[in-house]
Amino acid sequence: MAESLERDGAAVTHSRGKAAEALLFLLLWLLPAAFLSVFFVLPLGRIFALTFGAFIDQASSLQELWQAVRRPLGFTFYQAILSTLLTLLMGLPMAFVFGRYHFRGRRLLRVLSTLPFILPTVVVAAGFNALLGPRGWLNLLFMDWFNLSQPPILFLNTLSAILTAHVFYNLTIVLRVVGGAWENLDPRLEQAARTLGASEWRAFWEVTFPILRPSILAATLLVFLFDFSSFGVILLMGGPRFATLEVEIYIQALQLLNLPLAGVLSAIQLLCTLLITLAHHRLTGGQQVQLTPRLKGEGLRPARKWAEKLAVTALLITLTAFILSPLTALSVRSVTRLEANRGERGAVQTGLTLDYYRELFINRRQSLFYVPPVAAARNSLVYALETIALSLGLGLPAAYALNRGGSARRWLDALLMLPLGASAVTLGLGYVLTFNRPPLEVRSFPLLIPMAHSLVALPFVVRTLRPAISAIPPSLSQAARTLGAPPARAWLEVDLPILSRPLLAATVFSFTVSLGEFGATSLLARPEFPTLPIAIYRFLSQPGALNYGQAMAMATLLMLLCGICVFLIEKITV
Amino acid sequence: MNPLFVSKIHPTRATRRSPRSGWMILALIFILLSACAPAAPTTAVPASTSISPTPTAVPFSTATPPEPTPAEPVELVVMTHDSFAVTESLIREFEQTHNARITFLKSGDTGSALNRAILTKESPQADVFYGVDNTFLSRALDEGIFEPYDSPKLTQIPDQFKLDASHRALPVDYGDVCINYDKTYFASKGLAVPQSLEDLTRPEYHGLLVVENPATSSPGLAFLLATVAHFGEGTYLDYWASLRNNGLVVVNDWETAYYTNFSASSGKGPQPMVVSYASSPAAEVIFAESPLSEAPTASILAPDTCFRQIEFVGILKGTAKRALAEQFVDFMLDVPFQEDIPLQMFVYPVNSQAKLPEEFLKYAQVPEKPASLDPALIASKREEWLKAWNETVLR
Repeated sequence: MAESLERDGAAVTHSRGKAAEALLFLLLWLLPAAFLSVFFVLPLGRIFALTFGAFIDQASSLQELWQAVRRPLGFTFYQAILSTLLTLLMGLPMAFVFGRYHFRGRRLLRVLSTLPFILPTVVVAAGFNALLGPRGWLNLLFMDWFNLSQPPILFLNTLSAILTAHVFYNLTIVLRVVGGAWENLDPRLEQAARTLGASEWRAFWEVTFPILRPSILAATLLVFLFDFSSFGVILLMGGPRFATLEVEIYIQALQLLNLPLAGVLSAIQLLCTLLITLAHHRLTGGQQVQLTPRLKGEGLRPARKWAEKLAVTALLITLTAFILSPLTALSVRSVTRLEANRGERGAVQTGLTLDYYRELFINRRQSLFYVPPVAAARNSLVYALETIALSLGLGLPAAYALNRGGSARRWLDALLMLPLGASAVTLGLGYVLTFNRPPLEVRSFPLLIPMAHSLVALPFVVRTLRPAISAIPPSLSQAARTLGAPPARAWLEVDLPILSRPLLAATVFSFTVSLGEFGATSLLARPEFPTLPIAIYRFLSQPGALNYGQAMAMATLLMLLCGICVFLIEKITV
Repeated sequence: MNPLFVSKIHPTRATRRSPRSGWMILALIFILLSACAPAAPTTAVPASTSISPTPTAVPFSTATPPEPTPAEPVELVVMTHDSFAVTESLIREFEQTHNARITFLKSGDTGSALNRAILTKESPQADVFYGVDNTFLSRALDEGIFEPYDSPKLTQIPDQFKLDASHRALPVDYGDVCINYDKTYFASKGLAVPQSLEDLTRPEYHGLLVVENPATSSPGLAFLLATVAHFGEGTYLDYWASLRNNGLVVVNDWETAYYTNFSASSGKGPQPMVVSYASSPAAEVIFAESPLSEAPTASILAPDTCFRQIEFVGILKGTAKRALAEQFVDFMLDVPFQEDIPLQMFVYPVNSQAKLPEEFLKYAQVPEKPASLDPALIASKREEWLKAWNETVLR
């Protein structure tokens, strides 16, 4: 009797627990799913509905479509795989150094490594060109040393230019996602393995690597999708001989006004993204090891043995040179005057100048669309902060929901990743088509731009937070609850401190994604509120040395702003 | 759970500050920043209202009752591309005279702006569209996005620019896409400047020309059209094949061609000839780092080497503000706006009564016989030509 009562009671509690669990899951998912439905699925759906009908009317045969798709699709996969492998090859050792060693200038170097992420492709291309172009520093140097008549380095418009630029852009993803996880790792695990007689290599392979695997896979997926939907880099660094799907979509939609074909191509791109994400989900499936992370970086230590020191130094020098040289080339160009009177003199004459910066503050042509640099910086900052708020506000519950199981999880997970693989051109046109009535109107609703930015930032937020959340042992917050802490307090005192570092990475990603975004902003922004990247493009689209210099000056300001802000975010939160 | 790992929740070192407070600070900063940024999009006030035509703001301290406010200004929305620019005072003046408030919607390049107008033609987002050029014109007309308007100012515009006889699209400005060359390079090598498209295939010009990909760049397309117009559909590909054999360099966009490859722009590029605009030499003088007495570049103006781009304005079908839209179109075709065009957008006014600025008269040249093609032909053959060009030049 007593026994059966007890059993009933347990069953009731259990089913109530299940219902509460389901409700919580629903609540956590409600906001992110609603956001994605309205601001991603709806506009894309409308474009697809419009274009598919027209595409079928055009009666192009599948054969023809395959002909149009085959080459760009193949190249898209080819370059994305190569780029991702190279990024991992370079990024993982760097992540190791950042996750295991103390060294001087650690924070500065990490801030520097985020800078490429925000730079518009035009500017990065200009930076690489100043370094490796036909008349770049290196070529001039080699021609001078070896008395060559032709530049020895052919870099621009090659596959290696595309790959280099992709590594340059995405290194920070590996560094932050994997490096951050590594830093949080409990060093005693490896120490225990070593004590038990495992070799250094075995301890790494059987202890550290399995724990880091989710982070490595998350970084790989992010990098791959970024490369997969790459557009600017292919166009500007690869030149006209290379075309990815995204480039083909751009040409069809905006140059040939062939929206039907553009729509079908972007559907194919989206389908590939979906398949990649689902495959990734299979790989990451399986139970995750739950560990208490170390909060203050006890795992970090200075390099001791000379071989260690040598390796760390070499890696750091490589990273610095790789990241800094194109950036420095830009900044130097923004304070250098080239050839005062080109019409009259042949030789290149250089001198230092602040003219370009001074000129930024003058509206010489009394143009209606002149933007003082401070205003452009403020617009960029406000959009970026709104993006942080939006993507963290939506990404945090989504990341928790993803850890709560259920068969729907796989699809929700994929839905969250899809925006990374969606064609920016198509989505932009979808916005224009869908949001044309108040209150959600492109030209008056102020949050559309941070919303578009958040779509790109969300996958980063979720991917950085999710492995960290699933690694938190539930026993911790259970203990807190047992000691009388209400759920909110348990979260604030237990989860939040543990999540601090991944949250920091997520914040920095959201910030930089928004600060550097150009495509959606140029399509949706009111001309009165241009961002820094838009101001840079405005200068670059007109001839004249002063315009070029001002674009470089503006790009330097953008890097400074980003550097300072990322530094502050890191300083405040960790 | 292994008790080993749970044993130390808190780090051994004394915590300086709990991470939580850091996030609080960040949240606080965020709230402060978004609250105090005056031009923040969240508190967006159109720039025009601050300099609104009538000073309606009455200080609160004065006891006098507010004057009867004049009728609210009517908002006119003008959709255009990123390169649109105008002197601020001109727009303010128009707003004042017509009790209007002009909002400009910029939507990327010509292609994306036009796409936007076409996609939203059922419920137009603007009243006037400016910036469709002759390569896109017949597509825009076929889509039926414009209402005809026979502006009185059309009489001041030469017939050669009026490509739409029913005045749905009215010409505003024109520019010639020409080959620019580096004067210093040609002078120092003692090399003659090419005088025809055919000249460019001669061995002495091997590797000296950079052009833009016509599939991704508007001047690139214009230059391709010039060759189609000159050689005819039958043989233009042969010409491109021989250009290719003569070391032709192709890049995707004007920015790369001009700033990276062209030798006269920053003194660094390897090619002394680039496809750009006839007005670029004037821009080089106006935007020089230090005053120049002479343009460092010039355009090749020989017959058929340039292609003329004409840009049009039109009233979008379905506008509720037809009268004001007409006034704005008149304003764009009238002399003050037309004279403002050259130094703002580096193209030429179509109004024959508009005077050119001194820099244009001195440094920019206009070809006497630019190539041209029927917009309807361009619209129907564009894709085919681009495909063939791609196969010939890039594969």
